[in-house]
Amino acid sequence: MAVDRPQRFGFRAAVNAISVAAMVNLIALAASAVGAPGLLSNDTPVSTPSIFVPTSTPAFAIRDLSYFVLGICAVIFIVVGGVLTYCVIRFRRRPGDEGREPPQVYGSNQIELAWTAVPVLIVVILFLITARYIFGIERLQPPSGLQATVVGHQWWWEIRYPDLGIITANELHVPVSNPADPTPIFLTLQSADVIHSFWVPQLAGKMDVIPNKTNRVWIDPQTPGLYVGQCAEYCGLQHAGMLLRVIVHPKEEFAQWVAAQQAAAIDDPGVRGGRELFQSVACINCHSVRGTLANGIFGPDLTHLMSRATLAAGVAKNTPDNLRAWIDNPDTLKPGARMPAMQLSRRDLDQLVAYLLTLR
Amino acid sequence: MNSISDTLDHPEEGAPGQLPVLARLHEWVVTVDHKRLGIMYVVVGLVFLLVAGLEATLMRLQLAFPDNTVLSPQVFNRLFTMHGTTMVFFVGIPIVFGFANYLVPLMIGTRDLAFPRLNAFGFWLLFYSGLLLYFSYLAGDGLYGAGSAPDVGWFAYAPLTGRAFSRGNSTDYWNLAILISGIGTIATSVNLIATILTMRCPGMTLGRMPLYVWMILVVSSQTLIILPPLSAAQIMLLLDRFLGAHFFDTQAGGSALLWQHFFWFFGHPEVYVLMVPGFGFASEIIPVFSRKVIFGYALVAASAVSIGFIGMGVWAHHMFVVGMGSTPNALFAASTMLVAVPTGVKIFNWLGTIYGGRLRFETPMLFCLAFLFQFLCAGLTGIMLAVAPFDWQLSDSYFVVAHFHFVLIGGLIFTIFAAIYYWFPKATGRMLSETLGRWHFWLFVIGFNLTFIPLHFAGVLGMPRRIYTYPADRGWDVWNLVASLGVPIQGAALVLFLINVVLSLRGGKPAGNDPWDAWTLEWLTTSPPPDYNFETIPEVRSRRPLWDLKHPSDPDWLHE
Repeated sequence: MAVDRPQRFGFRAAVNAISVAAMVNLIALAASAVGAPGLLSNDTPVSTPSIFVPTSTPAFAIRDLSYFVLGICAVIFIVVGGVLTYCVIRFRRRPGDEGREPPQVYGSNQIELAWTAVPVLIVVILFLITARYIFGIERLQPPSGLQATVVGHQWWWEIRYPDLGIITANELHVPVSNPADPTPIFLTLQSADVIHSFWVPQLAGKMDVIPNKTNRVWIDPQTPGLYVGQCAEYCGLQHAGMLLRVIVHPKEEFAQWVAAQQAAAIDDPGVRGGRELFQSVACINCHSVRGTLANGIFGPDLTHLMSRATLAAGVAKNTPDNLRAWIDNPDTLKPGARMPAMQLSRRDLDQLVAYLLTLR
Repeated sequence: MNSISDTLDHPEEGAPGQLPVLARLHEWVVTVDHKRLGIMYVVVGLVFLLVAGLEATLMRLQLAFPDNTVLSPQVFNRLFTMHGTTMVFFVGIPIVFGFANYLVPLMIGTRDLAFPRLNAFGFWLLFYSGLLLYFSYLAGDGLYGAGSAPDVGWFAYAPLTGRAFSRGNSTDYWNLAILISGIGTIATSVNLIATILTMRCPGMTLGRMPLYVWMILVVSSQTLIILPPLSAAQIMLLLDRFLGAHFFDTQAGGSALLWQHFFWFFGHPEVYVLMVPGFGFASEIIPVFSRKVIFGYALVAASAVSIGFIGMGVWAHHMFVVGMGSTPNALFAASTMLVAVPTGVKIFNWLGTIYGGRLRFETPMLFCLAFLFQFLCAGLTGIMLAVAPFDWQLSDSYFVVAHFHFVLIGGLIFTIFAAIYYWFPKATGRMLSETLGRWHFWLFVIGFNLTFIPLHFAGVLGMPRRIYTYPADRGWDVWNLVASLGVPIQGAALVLFLINVVLSLRGGKPAGNDPWDAWTLEWLTTSPPPDYNFETIPEVRSRRPLWDLKHPSDPDWLHE
């Protein structure tokens, strides 16, 4: 499940044995097994987005710490719950007790001191370990890596690779990182409107995406595949429809993806009508297609629209039928989406869809 | 022709020995009696509980299956906003302060609160602010047309509440309702503090007050400190929305985080304001049904006070994921974990009370025992959330939803039901049915756990809160379905409770003054107590004055 990596946290080995956490893990895996029937294999998430099935250093670190905390809590639960159960059974009123009161015990300084001191001790230990991880995850950060900017919009993700000159949407493509020689990805998080939150549980803890504030996250995914996440801070009407896919490629595959994305939009003379239509109605106010007149910035960049697997921030699969339905009336797929229905005739719609389908 | 004054002038028109209905209603409306106001607070709280419960039921219906379309996103977002706002401000607060209203004067042996008119003022402000909130369903869209409830979430993060993102007036209804209810709550807190500090009966030193009164003293003081910042933030939001100020307007350089600091400086201590009175109920009820004095009175009182103090310094643990930086994260993790100490100590003291007792499992005790188990779970998941890196994963997920429902239902609502079963005989003179009470208890325990245990797992599997639907391939279906199945069971429990109240009011067993063989002053007077509470103001020499009366050979004051 998890790829081997250098032992950076001493507790990991010890706490991996804790059965409670292992149980949660099993449940997570079982759920992921039943979770995704009938999808194409290259379109299937690696697992359900469980925080206990990590694939990147920050998420590994958090999982290890979680196991430790779960272990402590399980012990407390068993001890206190056990004493409580024992007391309830042992000291229930029995026949013959009527009218007699039990001995009145007003307290005991020694006992009370003891059961104040023990929680203090537990809290101190817990805090020291927590602090170690808080600062540790910051310190573990490798010195350099690929830069990407993730901009939260109501209700989609804009993804920019400033060094590569790529702009895309709702899919973060990254190269796999070898734990021995990590090639991490640094994400700069910004918001175009309200607060969102970037959360792909298997890669890292969530980080809010806040207007007027730049936050940073780093990841170094160690297994290729598709990882799913979504906006985790309520951001208005379609908060639920703001899904995010992270595709972790093997190194060469990522290079191919970069090359394809850097290419200008395909100019297919067969769909010239559709392209002219695209440039003459309001589409270009919001959308860009590099190499054409379209340079709007409010909506997703469409230069390589058909390279993306989903539409409308993961709400629907990117099929010709869905694309057509989406352009015809976005509300049918995603009620309340910011994109307006353009009231196009059937013929215009056909031409426009034909054009967009060439933007591979 | 049946105007109020007519009816008042001719009371003989009603049933013999009773005022006519309208006159009796009028008496409730104009009352300044702490007992009537207390009952009205609790009844209003229970009515809102049903409303907010129905809202939750609709949400669970929508989430029972993936890609469900029973509710539109608009409706769903309004429902969770109204559910949260209602539960905190119009269920939790009125019930907590309603019980305090009713019980504090009786427990400290006095005839009313210090300022009876202020008390009535506080109640009516709260009541009408609740109506104002719900009036948004009719008028929330203002000039834009039809009504709409607020849909910004109960903590209403900026800048989603700004004019740019929240048009119409629904957010303004939310804003004003909370502002007004806050004024009422502050008035009641001042009243309770003044009463507790100045009106205790002869002999009742602070160290002899019932623990419940200690808890109310703590939360009333806390309320006075935390509510004004919330009101200030609401006024700043009002200025933003109507006068173009830019406190939270990020597009004009305002700060989104400023709102979060203000809100959680109120919002987190508010959890203690709701929960600590629940500790108070448990600290009164567990000893009586264990037949033992509370173990470590001083430590229980001191732990409540320290929860009050530490609770003021933990608010930013709601903001572990905003990118505060490692040092603030570590500090707030530390302060949050520290709260676990006094909270844990309380559980141990209740255990110490039960240990060696002779437990009677009547309905109030059943609810208290379930509270102990469930609150233990809530406390432990709370510790997990205090571990900041763990929280980076769990924050804003369904794990958090499960955690705070374990606190507020498994903890607070369970102790409130314990309190209702325990003090109903005092307030009405009649016992609630034990049989129906047991059905209510068991159905509620099962339904509650069935709903909220699975939600922990949904959160761990990556399900964020406040989503109106979710895709089928995420592996969250089973947990959500099971959670939704628990809802009708909880609903059935509540219906049984209402039936129990109605039947018992009509023909319940007469209670007598002291049905539970208890020890605090409220059981000294008749059930229900007369307007003046006590014929003569009692004088006490210990924490359990009725124990002293019942055991003259071995009174408490020999041991305290």
